[in-house]
Amino acid sequence: MYSKTVMDHFRNPRNVGEIENANGVGEVGNPLCGDIMTIYLDIRDDIIRDIKFQTFGCGSAIAVSSMITEMAKGKHIDEARKISNKDVAEALEGLPKNKLHCSNLGADALHMAIKNYEERRAGITRPEPVRKEVHVHREGGKCYCPYCDVEVSENTTFCEACQSNLEDEH
Amino acid sequence: MKIINLDHISANPLLPEVKQAMIEAIGADYGNPSSQHRMGERAAQMLEDARKSVSRLVNAANDREIVFTSCGTESANHAVKGVAFANRDRGNHIVTSNIEHNAVIRSLRRLKSMGYTVTSVSVGADGRVDPADIESAITDTTILVSVMHSNNETGTLQPVAEIAAIARKRGVLFHCDAVDSVGVVPVDVQDLGVDLLSFASNPFYGPTGVGGLYIKRGVRIWPLLEGGIQEHNKRAGTENLVGIIGMGKAAELARRELDQRMAHTAALKKKFLDELPNYIDEYIINTHPEYSLPNMLSVSIKYIEGESVVLMLDDENFAVSTRSACATGSLRASHVLLSLGLSHADAQGTLVLAFGIDNSEAQITAFLGALQRVVKTLRDISPLYRRSAAEG
Repeated sequence: MYSKTVMDHFRNPRNVGEIENANGVGEVGNPLCGDIMTIYLDIRDDIIRDIKFQTFGCGSAIAVSSMITEMAKGKHIDEARKISNKDVAEALEGLPKNKLHCSNLGADALHMAIKNYEERRAGITRPEPVRKEVHVHREGGKCYCPYCDVEVSENTTFCEACQSNLEDEH
Repeated sequence: MKIINLDHISANPLLPEVKQAMIEAIGADYGNPSSQHRMGERAAQMLEDARKSVSRLVNAANDREIVFTSCGTESANHAVKGVAFANRDRGNHIVTSNIEHNAVIRSLRRLKSMGYTVTSVSVGADGRVDPADIESAITDTTILVSVMHSNNETGTLQPVAEIAAIARKRGVLFHCDAVDSVGVVPVDVQDLGVDLLSFASNPFYGPTGVGGLYIKRGVRIWPLLEGGIQEHNKRAGTENLVGIIGMGKAAELARRELDQRMAHTAALKKKFLDELPNYIDEYIINTHPEYSLPNMLSVSIKYIEGESVVLMLDDENFAVSTRSACATGSLRASHVLLSLGLSHADAQGTLVLAFGIDNSEAQITAFLGALQRVVKTLRDISPLYRRSAAEG
């Protein structure tokens, strides 16, 4: 089901943990599907000197988190911001379609953490780390019918292709 | 390294005697049981021997009340849709529970799109249906009640005999999905008082691809498959004779060894439950402490997600199942666990264990150790665990 690279990052996740005095923290969560990712950044001179993550989620969520930390480490924030969820999935040699929808949140969490860093620098403080609870669709994040795998639109409750009711599934 | 199967709800090994019976059946090159010649006669004899053995397992009054199907799902589809279609003139209302298997839920959903109405009753926090709720849901147009014998995610047993009595009193047909119970615990269709009962061969170490449907004599039901007059005109199509012979053998063995198997798996389950607190903390047992299958257990481990647990335990050579949303195609939390009142996050960390006759106490000890390691690894990664620890 998962590529070798996904399984490698799942089994040996890189950069796990928390940075005590992080100056950028971002969290994305999808309480219904269940994945929650937190990214901690230590940025100096706009360079990501250190990055760590914590994730509650499935195999692909953990692998995505691990991969994004590897991709962002040492990069200038302007470069790091350019990393997309699609780039992460490609670096992992692909993710199952239904996981693209749900677990591929790494770049979102990273971008959120960079935004948090910039806000802190600008003197904007928030009581909580920047957190996005609502599940939104990112670029390339399409929805598929869980039964017949045909692409369906975001808010549909019915799959035309296989006539399945998606009310409780989608 | 050999994988230790603690996922007997998903797949059971074939018993050696069953395998042997099936190999012999393949070698014997039986004909078609419907044929008039001697080859066919011999095949028909094997078919009826298997039917007798399966009939005995569920204690049907007449062997003819057993219909062979291709799986438990087909049996449940046949029961629900077949009764709905055949009794449309009497009404269009069906009563069921919130925790049924998708074979029943989706059959009913299909029927709803055809003009039938469905009332689905909730279960209590203990995972059991209250028969009084079924009774109050029955109306003048109700034609069928369908409630499962044991739940396929928690193993919790339902008060089937009480519900059957209510249905009988109200003149409504009653179907029981007993796929995870038949051959695992005693199931007696006459004692239970059911009109229809679905089951499959694999839960009692028979082959996959064969199931059975008990249809009490006189029940009005349409076939799902139309064609020839096989299975007393209830299911057309040439029988899967090799599979059915395997099922017959497995049924014979299950009937003989049931008490011994129940005692064996119950001891393993008890050991696991007794010792689990020594290995991990903060978990929820979803299975009823008293009314449950002896071999089955559902446990939700807090702050971690089930698919990750399954993959890591696989690396440790243990096969288990999860009911986390991430591990299902639909990416939705289990309707059964949400019905029990679990939060989405807690439902995510749910493992389903089903012990079998091939498991040993030493394997349970080894499994507990592996589970402890995996839970620690995943909690160390989890932001929810850190947050909970920080909050004290």
